[in-house]
Formats: sequence, structure tokens, C-alpha cells
Amino acid sequence: MDSVKERSVDEVVSTILGKYNQRHHLMRILQEVQSNYGYLPREALEKISQSTGIPLSDIINVATFYHQYRLEIPGYYIFLVCMGTACHLKGNQDNYNVLRNTLGIKKGNTSSDGLVSVEKARCFGCCSLAPVMMVVSRDGCERYLHGNVDIKETKKLALTYRSMASKKVRSGE
Amino acid sequence: MAEWTLMDRCCDKCWHTVEYPCKHFIRCTVEGPLCHESAECRVKRKRRIEELKYGKYGIKIKVPISSCTLAAGAKEVYDAVSKEVLSSGLNADITISGCMGLCYLDPWIELSKKGLPTAIYVNVKPGDVPKILKEYLSGDLSNAFALRADPEGIYKNYKVPLLNDLTLWSNQVRFVSRGCGVLNPESIEDYIISNGFRGLDKILNMHPKNVIEFVKKSGLRGRGGAGFPTWMKWEIAQSQVSDIKYFIVNADEGDPGAFMNRLLAESDPYRVIEGMIIGAYAVGASKGYIFVRAEKPLMADRLSKAVEEIRKYGLLGRNILGSGFSFDIEVILSAGAFVCGEETALISAIEGRTRPRQRPPYPATRGLWDKPTVINNVETVAHVATVFQVGVEEFTKYGTEKSKGTKMFCVTGCVSRTGAYEVPIGMSLSKLVYDLAGGPPDGKKVKAVQIGGPSGGCVPSNLLNTPVDYESLQSAGAIMGSGGVVVIDEDSCMVDVAKFFTSFTLAESCGKCFTCRVGMKLLYDILKNITEGKGSEEDLELLNELSDVIIGSSLCALGGTAPNPIKSTLRYFRDEYVAHIKDRKCPAKVCPNLVEYWIDPAKCVGCGLCVKACPTNFITGERGKPHSIDPSKCIRCSQCFITCPQGAVIKR
Repeated sequence: MDSVKERSVDEVVSTILGKYNQRHHLMRILQEVQSNYGYLPREALEKISQSTGIPLSDIINVATFYHQYRLEIPGYYIFLVCMGTACHLKGNQDNYNVLRNTLGIKKGNTSSDGLVSVEKARCFGCCSLAPVMMVVSRDGCERYLHGNVDIKETKKLALTYRSMASKKVRSGE
Repeated sequence: MAEWTLMDRCCDKCWHTVEYPCKHFIRCTVEGPLCHESAECRVKRKRRIEELKYGKYGIKIKVPISSCTLAAGAKEVYDAVSKEVLSSGLNADITISGCMGLCYLDPWIELSKKGLPTAIYVNVKPGDVPKILKEYLSGDLSNAFALRADPEGIYKNYKVPLLNDLTLWSNQVRFVSRGCGVLNPESIEDYIISNGFRGLDKILNMHPKNVIEFVKKSGLRGRGGAGFPTWMKWEIAQSQVSDIKYFIVNADEGDPGAFMNRLLAESDPYRVIEGMIIGAYAVGASKGYIFVRAEKPLMADRLSKAVEEIRKYGLLGRNILGSGFSFDIEVILSAGAFVCGEETALISAIEGRTRPRQRPPYPATRGLWDKPTVINNVETVAHVATVFQVGVEEFTKYGTEKSKGTKMFCVTGCVSRTGAYEVPIGMSLSKLVYDLAGGPPDGKKVKAVQIGGPSGGCVPSNLLNTPVDYESLQSAGAIMGSGGVVVIDEDSCMVDVAKFFTSFTLAESCGKCFTCRVGMKLLYDILKNITEGKGSEEDLELLNELSDVIIGSSLCALGGTAPNPIKSTLRYFRDEYVAHIKDRKCPAKVCPNLVEYWIDPAKCVGCGLCVKACPTNFITGERGKPHSIDPSKCIRCSQCFITCPQGAVIKR
């Protein structure tokens, strides 16, 4: 993430707009911004609007309409807890509560140390291994799927990823 | 020097290049050489095909890598296999494959060695790998789950069943899913040696109208849910006069409980793309988009890789195989919205906007950027490719009068063999749930089968003989949808199920139509009240009335079907609603506010774990003696129920 910090939002957005700058590329532009930051910084949205002429309200419309986009910075790892039918029937709501409890998340989606986020997600299509959760890193480089998780396993996963995140953050990744 | 592959020129006599392509390229890769006679070139191909089938050294280990197997730990198994092969100095090829649909067996591996039957080992743990390899290679197959095939009938003495003899396989017709779990999804050669691209090869010599006629003869209907005849959509788009037409494949599989598109595209992506090129040729489209759901990133990866690979060999791009037909594909990753499964919303998303629009005009006349656009489901185009490869008769052999062929169904929820099954249309639901998916585990009873996702409905257990086809399901109050079948047993509350789907569609309503936006919220609030014991009898009438209003006045199919789960549960499970309202009881003991937690003194050993778990500290009792919960103070968080190692906490 450091390399991103060194580059200003202006630079990052300009690079992306160098590749895509049409109105119909908006979804992809926002996806690329998010893969740089893990979320959509307001500054970046404004810059896109200035450079492309797409009204800021239109950009925010797209950014808030689709689930993938985040407007707030998430933790280093993000738990995506599937809320599909099979996962619902097999108790993923309980797992979701356990994750939040274990990580001490009371308000919002992110733990107070900023290391881990917990979000509800739509079906990953792994329903036969329900309940399922996916863990992704903020930069999108890491992606892990966990199937057939029970409450015990959920607690273990929460602690494992928290310690992985704290190691990564400390080592400056 | 890179290895010679079937896609390369065999000798200097072959003049095929991407710029000046040879018409016979596809057939020539396997059956060639066609333009010159050379024993050497023939042997070269034969040797390569042999190598692809059995590996360079006659031993091949297949590990399936797809989203479901990864969730079950296939990556670890793959690493264990690599490590074992390396450390034991074994000469074997390790390849990946897709998912065969029997997800309850994940992760599995397939071993083949010349002279031995190909065997499948299931629920493999990384630690088991060395033992499995050793046993198999020494000819001891006793721990295998099944054998792939026994063409000569000589494997009886291994005492391992053939996959084909198992009910979960013999009741299936693997038509469109024939390559799933068999082919390497990242190898174009693997696809081409199993009859791949023969459909494309065939149609490039046909008039587009004849291509459509061929599809008409097959009777193929859209597999995305509505069952619209594929040929009709194509014909409308074909007859439009336009400078550019588009062909979109809808891979925005959003129904929770349905994953056949993911499975197909992850396991056999080339088939999807071949079908797409055929469709584009038929309607005269020059640009294609595959719109993939954000939550299924591996599907997007595999499709993108396949597109790149195909383009490299000139099967996509300008002047495909010298036919004068040009077509290219772009894979677009959706940013995630359930409504994008609706075709006009999908078009909006590709245009960088949001929300569906009014139909007509239908996309086939005015779609993407107001140009004629065909939108087909992943399974539909994969069917197209397969029908052209093997012929119409193979397809029309199966199915019913009105719906020909096969359909993939994903059976999940409370069944012992969760997975994706491909069956002839018209098979009964009970056969699908019991014979294929094995029915509920631990002898529980099926209460209902939810089919068609949030737009579908629940079919009660006494109607399980309903055949699965578009019309029969509709009259039972459900829809075929994309084919997600979620089995619900006695432990689930139908009001809670209806509430779950309503909360889903409420959150996914795009907000354009007032009745969907506000109506779904009202429906949700009424259901929430009922599950909290605050419902009244008039609520049931109101639910029905409001549902009809939303269905009748919403622009797109989301609002037009969103109240279906409520309507169908009201129709078949009215007594459960009444129990919540009149008796203030949840018969399935699911709805927290209508359940009392009670500690059975006969079972409680007084370990005190529940006391620690209780967030409100209202569980009391001496250590070693039965504890009790103060029901007036209990917040019904169910922590004690989850924690108790004795199963002494009981919901009543």
C-alpha cells in the first residue's frame, strides 16, 4: 500500500483515466480506483468528475448503487459473509454475529484497530459448502474461501486473520 | 523451445496463420493433416493427444480447482500432491480440472495410469495424499470412491463402483456439463480434442438463417429463467438492419442458491465462448460482452483467459477462419447488483449507468446503445455449442413436449449430497431431491423445496411429484428460474424463509418504481412483526393484496416476481403464519422472539459454560448442579444454546 500513498490521488486517477475515459467505462474506472485503495476516496471521485466531465452526482449514483464499492476505508482483511439462501438456512447469520463479537465491532463494519472488516455479501455460488465466507485483502491481491464453517471455526478464522493483518501492517505492507 | 501443441503448425507445408487462416484449421488440429499427407505429422498429433489424455509419463493426477473445491481446501490438496510427486521422484503430470458438480465430495482428486482404471478419491485431506498415491500406483484401489469408466468391462475385480453405476450419476444426463470435472479449463487443447469448436467449424459454412433454423429445430429455450425460445430472440435481432449489433452473455448469476453458470464457466469456459460466437454469427453481431458477477471472480478469470487464448489462435477477432465474419469479446466484471440479472438493467450497467428501463422496445430491437442486442444466459450458449457439436437428435431425445433437452439444477440446503445435477427437463422434483441429492441427512423430513431463488416460490412436500419444467412449476407457484433448488426441512420456519427473501429483494430493489421500493419495505415490516409475535390476522390479507399490487405495477421482473416467496408460502403454509399470529408460537422454533430457552435439568451437568456465554448474566446455578434461565430477562441471543456441550439448552 505504501507505493500508493507515495503517489497522489491525482496521479493514480490520471493513470487509470489514461486507459479508460469513456462514460461507459465508469464502472471499471471505479473498480480500478478501489483496487488501489480498497475503497473510493472522495478526492478520487471528484478528480474523475473534473477530468471526464461526468457529473459528480452521476458518479456517486453508480458508486452507491452497486454493492462492490466502498466509500469508507476497510480493514486490511475483509470478511465477506455470504447471506445466500443455503448459507442463511445453515446459520451464517450466527457466524456473522460471532465475527463481529470476536473482533469487537460494535459500530460500522471495521474493528477499532482498523485491521479487519466484516461485511455481508451476496451469494458466491458455493452453496453446496454452506455456510461460506470469503476473506479478501484490501488491495485485492489475496482471496480465500472457507466452506462449512461453524461457530468454532469462525472464531478461529477471526483471530487468525486479525493476527495476519497486524503482522502485515507492522511490516509495512 | 516451447512444446509443440495441437494449435501449432505441424510442418512447413501448413500455411495457416491468424492473418491468413485456413478454413479447416479446427478439424486439422486433431484429424490432420488435411492438406498434405505426412505420416510424421499424423503421428505427431496422435502422440500429443495421447499425452494430453494420459500425461507425458502415463500417469496423470487431476485436482479440481474451482470456487467450490477451493472453499473445501483443494489448493492445499494441490500443494500436497505437488510436494509428494516432487519428493518421491514420481514421473507424473499434475493438471487442474473443473468441478464435476458433486460438491459434497470436495475436494476430490482423479488418478489415472495406463493399465489401471481411472479412479476418483473423494473428501481428500492433504495428509492423505501420499497414502492414496502409493496405494493407487500399486494397484490397490479399495479406497477409491468410484472408477471413471470401464469400456471393456474388465474392472469388476477391483470391487469399486463405476461412477455410471451410482444413482447420483446414472440418473443424470451430462449434456452441457459433459466437460465439467473432465477437461482442464485452462487448456484449449483439452477442449479441442473432446469435440470442441466443431460447432463453430460447422456453422461458418452455413447461412446465418440456417443456423437459426437449426436452433429452432432443437427447441432450445433460454436457461436463464423465463424460457423464451432462443431461436426467436435471435431471429428478431437477425432481421434488424443496423451498422452494429451486440451479443451479450449474462453471467451475472445472482440468485442465491444457483451456481450452475459459475460451475460451467469455471469448468468449461471454451464451450460458453464457442456458443457465443455461434450466436453472434447467427444474428450478425460484431461485438460481444460477457457480464460476470463480481462475487464470482474465478469465473471472470477463467473466461478472460479463454477469450485471450481463443483470440491468439484466430477463432476470435477479424475474419474468423477466413469466413469474413468478425467478432470480438470483452469480459466485464459487474460491480454487483441483483437487478443486473434483468436484461435492461444489465445493459444500463454496461453503459456505465444504473437501473432497468421500460420494455418494449426489447433489447433484440433496441438494446445496448440503442442497437439490436441479444442477451443469453451462460447455460443457453453452452447448450448451443453442444447442440451444434453433437447434433439436434442428441438434444431433443430428452425433455418434454414443450421443453426439450436437459437443465442443470443446483440442489443445496438440507440434503446429504449437495451439488449441481444435470437432468432431462420434466424429471420430478422428488427424484431430483431424493435419488440424486440423497434427501435430507439424519432422517429428517422435507418440508418444502424452494425453487427459482428470490423470484421463485416454495413447493410443499406433497407436491414433490411436480415435474421440473417451465409450465408445471409455474402452476405450482414457483418458477424454473436459473435452477437453484434449496431444500428446506422441518427445522426451518417458512415465515422466516419468506422474510429472508423479502429482505433480499428489498435491499436489491433499485428504487425506480414506487411500489417495489416502498411496497417491499411494507411487506418486510409486516413479516418482521409476525415473526416477532406482533402480527394480526388482517396482516395475511394485506400481504396478499400488497403482493399483487407490487407484481402488477413494477417495471421489471425484479418487482414483478419479488413477492412470489410470500405468495407461495401463504398458499401452502398458511397454518405456520397463523401459529405465529394466534398462538404466538414458531412451530419450527426459529423466530427468536417466539422461542423460550430452557435448560433440561436431566441433561445439565452444571459446567457453567452457559453462564460465561450469557451476555446478560441471567443464567444461574451452582457449579455441578443443574442451571436455569430467567425467562423474563432472557434476550434470546441463543449463545447458551450454541455453547452447551451437553445439548441441555432446549428451545421450546
